[in-house]
Amino acid sequence: MTEPEPLLSVRDLRTHFHTDAGVVKAVDGVSFDVMPGEVFGIVGESGSGKSITAMSILGLVPMPPGRIESGEILWKGTDLLSATDADLRRIRGKEISMIFQDPMTSLNPVYTIGQQIAEIVRVHNDVSKQEARDRAIEMLELVGIPRPEQRANDYPHQFSGGMRQRAMIAMAIACDPDLLIADEPTTALDVTIQAQILEVLQHASEETNSSIILITHDLGVVAGMADRVAVMYAGQIVETGAIDEIFYEPRMPYTWGLLESIPRLDQRRGGRRLQPISGSPPSMLRPPSGCRFHPRCPYSDGDRCVSDEPSLIELRFDRQARCHYALQPGWYSPGERLAVAEVEWDVLIVAATDRSAAPDVDLPDDLAAREQVPETLADALTASQKPGRRRSRKS
Amino acid sequence: MGGYILRRALLVIPVVVGAVTLLFAAFLVTGDPVETIAGGQRAVSATTRAQIIHKYGLDEPSYVRYGRYIGRLVRGDLGDSYKQGRSVNDILRQDAPASLRLAIWAIILEILIGIAAGVIAAVRRYSFLDALTTVSTTMVVAIPVFVLGYLFQYVFGILPNKQNLGSWARFPVQGIGPNHWFLFIPLGNQWKFLLFPALTLASVSTAVVARMTRSTMLEVMKADYMRTAAAKGLTKNAIILKHGLKNAMIPVVTLIGLDLATLIGSAVITETVFNWPGMGSEIARAAVSLDAPVVLGLTTLLVVAYVVINLLVDLSYAFFDPRIRYGGAEAR
Repeated sequence: MTEPEPLLSVRDLRTHFHTDAGVVKAVDGVSFDVMPGEVFGIVGESGSGKSITAMSILGLVPMPPGRIESGEILWKGTDLLSATDADLRRIRGKEISMIFQDPMTSLNPVYTIGQQIAEIVRVHNDVSKQEARDRAIEMLELVGIPRPEQRANDYPHQFSGGMRQRAMIAMAIACDPDLLIADEPTTALDVTIQAQILEVLQHASEETNSSIILITHDLGVVAGMADRVAVMYAGQIVETGAIDEIFYEPRMPYTWGLLESIPRLDQRRGGRRLQPISGSPPSMLRPPSGCRFHPRCPYSDGDRCVSDEPSLIELRFDRQARCHYALQPGWYSPGERLAVAEVEWDVLIVAATDRSAAPDVDLPDDLAAREQVPETLADALTASQKPGRRRSRKS
Repeated sequence: MGGYILRRALLVIPVVVGAVTLLFAAFLVTGDPVETIAGGQRAVSATTRAQIIHKYGLDEPSYVRYGRYIGRLVRGDLGDSYKQGRSVNDILRQDAPASLRLAIWAIILEILIGIAAGVIAAVRRYSFLDALTTVSTTMVVAIPVFVLGYLFQYVFGILPNKQNLGSWARFPVQGIGPNHWFLFIPLGNQWKFLLFPALTLASVSTAVVARMTRSTMLEVMKADYMRTAAAKGLTKNAIILKHGLKNAMIPVVTLIGLDLATLIGSAVITETVFNWPGMGSEIARAAVSLDAPVVLGLTTLLVVAYVVINLLVDLSYAFFDPRIRYGGAEAR
């Protein structure tokens, strides 16, 4: 399989904060790739380390107290962590630009919107003041600001929240970046405005042909936009996969929890209450032993989950989950299940082919009789002389 | 905006009237003006006394004298000195330029040194320079102005003479010297006479401005828009000076305006210590000799200056903060 080179490749990033109370491991061994042209979602609760991950990429983590302890951030093959300040400045805003959560406080109150957009154009391009201003107006028009020539002279406080975020997006794409990092771009906005802003963001990335890292705590935001998703919890990635895989066959109880807590219109059983994830995110000063999610996980076994830290288990290409039981058949959220997990078939094929590769996986007796059994699995089962019927998943 | 300026300008009137009334009342009950006018003699002959009372209208009831004083004030006549045999307007014409020049340089030093020190201390927080700023500003605020003045005189005026150092090390520390200026710019050797009085006068205000700038800069540097500026690829200097400083200036400018009162108080002391022929030393001399018209006239002028400058400070907010310029009603 020939994959294109990733645009951005984060390898084992560890960003820690050295505070008086101790070391806060805000980002603790995060790895992911972003491909050209794709939208990559990072999802997690507040404090899961997703924003710090994004800020680490651009070197915006305040140091001290922050420190990047280890890792690599490869941007088109060069490591940003060892780049000089001047190199980093050339990349910021020009190749990678960032959209922040709160457009009110992220825009400078004492300069006009036009000045702030023109500034980024002039920093990275050798253009006159007038050309930079023209570009600013063009960008404002692109993000759907009416009468952009006049509105460019307005100050941020004269814009509404949604328009400010449009202006932030205009600023971010003014230099045709290759990657847009949108850190909770809709969180501070009204629900009615959120969809518009996401649309503008999508439109902007298409115009500039850029990839997006979309950071959010809202799986609903990611659902409509992202190609691939990483779920973060307590400074680590706990599950990654294509958007459909995350939504339809999540293998990590934390992801189940996130999915259960999205309000949905197509809920099959009427009147079911939203299920919050009980408890609160752990202190990153002293993360829990074993699986960091175990104190809040309703499926914790009280043994391995408490004592052993699970690694990110490779379920298949580009599909990982950080759970001891991720490979176990029937490992589904107790909520409604929508489809038979392809992952599960894959796991069973592996188990049927070579017992030693997946010793923990039970092969249900009724497997072979199952209607939808993929041919490869059937072959493997025949080969391993272990016929049986697939166990009913719903118990 | 125009209405706002007018309203603020009208506020000058009650402030000035109040100040004049208070001072006038104070001098009504302080000492005997006849003795002052006659040169401090205890026994003034009856004829002399009658002449003086008649000449200065001292036999009138106090409210009449007050009304007359205000009436002359409105026409720009500050009255006659009891001691110097000339009008207060003449004294003012003579003293004001020296004071103004000294004050302008003190304010320039205050703004330049104070803001620069504050910004450096904030940006290099907990560094040696930050500690130096904290320690030196605390010291300057704690040491009385006249002590600092005498210290400068000793170290840069007297000591180099004692040590027989070359002329490069010797500074004149008394008087205004050649009094050679282009507007307020010192010409030739004049700057040597100006330097230490200006530093002394600026000292306390500079320290306060530095402290204020440091704390507002620290606050501003945590702001989200500073992170945005960094994400745009600006240099550190551009982030701090263009995006940070302009935001941090609003409280500092207020402080500079309000601090003018301190400056005027310090001017009295500084001009006296350095023998600088300005309004400050004039007021000090006049107050000691109970020369009421001089104290009243000069102080009134200072009050007007103070109120007018604070008005200008208020108007300058609009430059630093567009939210003030456009007001709440226009915000969409």
